[in-house]
Amino acid sequence: MLVVDNIHTHYGKIEALHGVSVEVNKGEIVSLIGANGAGKTTLLMSVCGNPQASSGRILLEGRDITTAPTAEIMRSGIAIVPEGRRVFPGLTVEENLHMGGFFNTKSEIQKSLEHVYELFPRLKEREHQRAGTMSGGEQQMLAIGRALMSRPRMIILDEPSLGLAPIIIAQIFEIIGQLRDEGITVFLVEQNAHQALSLADRGYVLETGRIRLHDTGKNLLANPEIREAYLGG
Amino acid sequence: MSEALLYFIQQLINGLTIGSAYALIAIGYTMVYGIIGMINFAHGEIYMIGAYTALIAITGLATLGVTWLPLVLLVALVCAMIVSSSMGWAVERVAYRPVRGRHRLIPLISAIGMSIFLQNYVHLAQGSRNIGFPSLIEGSFRFGSPENFQVSLSFIQITIFITTLICMTALSVFISRSRTGRACRAVSQDLGMASLLGIDTNRIISATFVIGAALAAVAGLLLGMYYGSIDPLFGFIAGLKAFTAAVLGGIGSIPGAMLGGLILGVAESMTSGYLSGEYKDVISFSLLILILLFKPTGLLGKPEVEKI
Repeated sequence: MLVVDNIHTHYGKIEALHGVSVEVNKGEIVSLIGANGAGKTTLLMSVCGNPQASSGRILLEGRDITTAPTAEIMRSGIAIVPEGRRVFPGLTVEENLHMGGFFNTKSEIQKSLEHVYELFPRLKEREHQRAGTMSGGEQQMLAIGRALMSRPRMIILDEPSLGLAPIIIAQIFEIIGQLRDEGITVFLVEQNAHQALSLADRGYVLETGRIRLHDTGKNLLANPEIREAYLGG
Repeated sequence: MSEALLYFIQQLINGLTIGSAYALIAIGYTMVYGIIGMINFAHGEIYMIGAYTALIAITGLATLGVTWLPLVLLVALVCAMIVSSSMGWAVERVAYRPVRGRHRLIPLISAIGMSIFLQNYVHLAQGSRNIGFPSLIEGSFRFGSPENFQVSLSFIQITIFITTLICMTALSVFISRSRTGRACRAVSQDLGMASLLGIDTNRIISATFVIGAALAAVAGLLLGMYYGSIDPLFGFIAGLKAFTAAVLGGIGSIPGAMLGGLILGVAESMTSGYLSGEYKDVISFSLLILILLFKPTGLLGKPEVEKI
């Protein structure tokens, strides 16, 4: 589905990724864990083409998207739930969802809307409320719903549990599992390593711009080094 | 009615007329600011070019012997809107897009350069003298007894009110209901996120320039007829006034630009009516300074609140 092949990404002169390779197969949940500043978000954003990788290749379903413009990449079956949710605060819930399905026909949008409201009944209740006035958890649901509106084959989630109450986090992870059951490939970035790895088929550990380890989620959870560094012993 | 009251009403009518036109121009400033956070200082020139285009169209039609007023107005309006919109689009492509994302001062300087360029271009092409603008719509309603002060509400004023009302309503519906309008709002709230949803933000930005320029062209035709003459500096003061109106109402806010325009227009005509015409610019720009000092977000602008 997604192949990231030895990419280097720079912010100005500073190199943030030093040759990172990641592979996400169709139908998998792949988790990427790592400390603050390890380059997790940079990796995701390089996939989205903002900033673009300065060397290496990124293939999405076999197509080279390394130098494609962001808007074009995001129209080819991939959707992102970005760090900090980034819902449009002045737009209503429904308008936010419509923005997610911007390139679909009216009937497709209608179908996707029903689907999203089924996954998150809370959003249906808040349909006409401005997104900026909702709680963090509701905004996270909206951000996921918005990403689903384009009917992506692959969804990228950047720290969906950040700053949320445990009960909401559990709900979000349950939904992520549900997405895989629907056949959507999931690439998940998390600081919440335990939950991210329990759910994942495979996981990668990113440390200061390099992949340190990759293995199945189960093995990573059992790995003493990982337990020490990311799971609190 | 007492004479003083009639006099006041007259000033109010004059103020609302000029204020509606300011509001039309101010929309362009506020929309562009709302979406890319820059002040398009060439916007006044776009308005001036709209007025010139309308005049050329009117003169052309007259030479061809076309005198049926609705047709003349319509053709002049459409020509002005097309030329100004293309200009607005081109200015963004040539002068702003290449420097977007740089330090804030760079697009600002680029805008001022564009403004000087366009002014001088029109100087060269059309001459620097005043050119008479046919008023086309003549006549007025008069109220009050003929011996005393009479309130006059001219047909051109009525035309300005109605046209502005139509434009504003159309714009509001477009922004709140249409797919592109929704995208405009989304891009203005989070441009990066909009592109992460696959939206071609450059097209949306171009659209705001085109819409702003089209509305400025409408104002150009209306005020050309109202004032009766135009010159290459026609857009300079009007542009500054409309900018003031946009800041007064809260830059980035469309209802704010409408309100700011009306308030500014009324403030000016009251100054002219009760003090002296020479003070009206003093009042406008004092208002600008006061609002920047005491309420920099403007009357309807809101400070950015982010929920983390």
